[in-house]
Amino acid sequence: MSVTATRPPAAPAAKTGGPRRPRKVFSSDHRTVVSPHHLNTLWGRRIYWAVLVLVVVVFTLVFLFPLYWMVTGAMKTQEEFLRLPPTYFPSSVTLESYTQAWELMGLGKFLLNTFQYAFGALAFTLAFDVAAAYALSKLRPVFGNVVLLAMLSTLMIPPTVILLPAYLTVKDLPLLQLDLLNTPWAIWLPTVANGFTVFLLKRFFDGIPRELIEAAQIDGASAFRILRSVVLPISRPILGVVSILTVTNVWRDFVWPLLVLPDPERMTISVGIASLRFNMPQTTMTAALVIASIPTIVVFLAFQRHIMAGLTAGSLKG
Amino acid sequence: MAVATRPPGGRSHSRWGLAVRRNLTAYGFLSGALICFAFFSWYPMVRGFVLSLQHNNFVDPPEWVGLENYRTVLADPVFQTAWVNTVVYTLLALLCGYVVPFVVALVLNELRHARGYLRFVVYLPVMLPPAVAVLLFKWFYDPGPGLFNQVLGLVGLPGLSWLDSSSTALISLVIVSTWMNLGTGTLIYLAALQSVPGELYEAAELDGAGFFRRIWHVTIPQTRLILLVMLLLQIIATMQVFIEPYLLTGGGPEDATMSVVYLMYQYAFVYDDFGAGSAMGVMLMLVLMVFSAAYLRFSRDDTQERS
Repeated sequence: MSVTATRPPAAPAAKTGGPRRPRKVFSSDHRTVVSPHHLNTLWGRRIYWAVLVLVVVVFTLVFLFPLYWMVTGAMKTQEEFLRLPPTYFPSSVTLESYTQAWELMGLGKFLLNTFQYAFGALAFTLAFDVAAAYALSKLRPVFGNVVLLAMLSTLMIPPTVILLPAYLTVKDLPLLQLDLLNTPWAIWLPTVANGFTVFLLKRFFDGIPRELIEAAQIDGASAFRILRSVVLPISRPILGVVSILTVTNVWRDFVWPLLVLPDPERMTISVGIASLRFNMPQTTMTAALVIASIPTIVVFLAFQRHIMAGLTAGSLKG
Repeated sequence: MAVATRPPGGRSHSRWGLAVRRNLTAYGFLSGALICFAFFSWYPMVRGFVLSLQHNNFVDPPEWVGLENYRTVLADPVFQTAWVNTVVYTLLALLCGYVVPFVVALVLNELRHARGYLRFVVYLPVMLPPAVAVLLFKWFYDPGPGLFNQVLGLVGLPGLSWLDSSSTALISLVIVSTWMNLGTGTLIYLAALQSVPGELYEAAELDGAGFFRRIWHVTIPQTRLILLVMLLLQIIATMQVFIEPYLLTGGGPEDATMSVVYLMYQYAFVYDDFGAGSAMGVMLMLVLMVFSAAYLRFSRDDTQERS
């Protein structure tokens, strides 16, 4: 194994030292199921390295290789794309499929739409839900608990269950008789009605010490001023989590935009690509999939730590 | 109460006036969210029930028909197929998507190298938009040049017809959904595993517990709340499966991948029968509410236990 191979040749003492060679590798600061003692035996080390190599290879094949296949597949010519058996590297790299996907499918328009929906929804969510959570947590009006309970009760109702009545509501808004189909409002406003966002924000605001708020009140600050100058500056972590959740949820959503934005000029990137799935050659389609993945992957690379922290700390909602 | 914190300085506001002002301000802050919840959450919840009891073509005034929509749906043979498919799909998805992430997290937790890389790679598919992941697999499943049959051919196995055969279509959907969701569960379990106190393993080891007994008697009891909550969440999520059959199979072949939500969608947008569709929505809600209620209960226990 690689461990024994890298050992300096002139070290007979190490051999007599037996299996307990002092290597910092396994002196883990956190004890797990396998005991560090066993890991440090000769067989322990062998099994460990074997498992490690196996896991790395399997994970790369299962999770990374499909993406590699997608990116390089779209770089092949139509003829090479269909060749059997397939080639592992494109013999001549062409970006023709990518330009074709961009131009024929109008991906730029779809991306711009999705961008508009996601960040508009974020703006409304931050404005309305932050204000609401602040009111429920710090201003504590009469019936505040009833309102909170009513908002949290929506968590019990999975979104697809109210899909049809919600669609009809957007199509013909009660009292106002407005048709919001094919307008950004059909995405922006329903995104605000998210009990989980309110829950996350309120729980964070609850942890802000009362003394801080009271000190500002004594100074004569208005409720809005306290929200802006006291509450928001110390709420950056939760605002970050909520922002990432909101933007990625809107960006990834499929069913809702499929229903409320049927106009091809208005579609999101996911729905737009899906709507053309029968009309495009597979190379063009694959290139479109790559282009559609780029924004989310870039966001992931940029905010990897926040996304993973938000996933495990604040949210259990998948 | 905040009333007690009235600013000193002898302003002429009465106690009562201050309380009114505070409430007005609070409801002013709440108004935006209240309107959105009212229109897009609370009203649709009620309207779903109402629609399910009506014949409504949205031109003439709606007609109350009692439970007729429910009878229509229950008499539809596809309805039963859709429920059976959805339950089988959920069970298969649990088998792959619930057990596998826990095992993966257990293994990752033992490794001292390449941790960042492995976490990154396992979470990468989660970041793809689901429609992209599903359409990518549609190409992989292609019986001719598709990746999967090429790989099978490479190891000398005959190719499968994947989505085109009613015996393999449902499992093909499970594979996609497992691939694109595995990362979430894995990372949540990994975080839970890291909070298991190491002394417990040492104590168990001193008592002579072997590797598997340590997992069974230490790891699983220590993470049981997370395991339970994730189980419920996954049941709720997979029972609402729509995008996979919609994009991959259209419910076919021979209704083998017809799911409850997809049938509901078809009732409303293909047969134009929102009454029957809403009746299906109400029935699905009643089933899922059981799991949601349990989830809310246990996740509260979880937050209390941690704090």
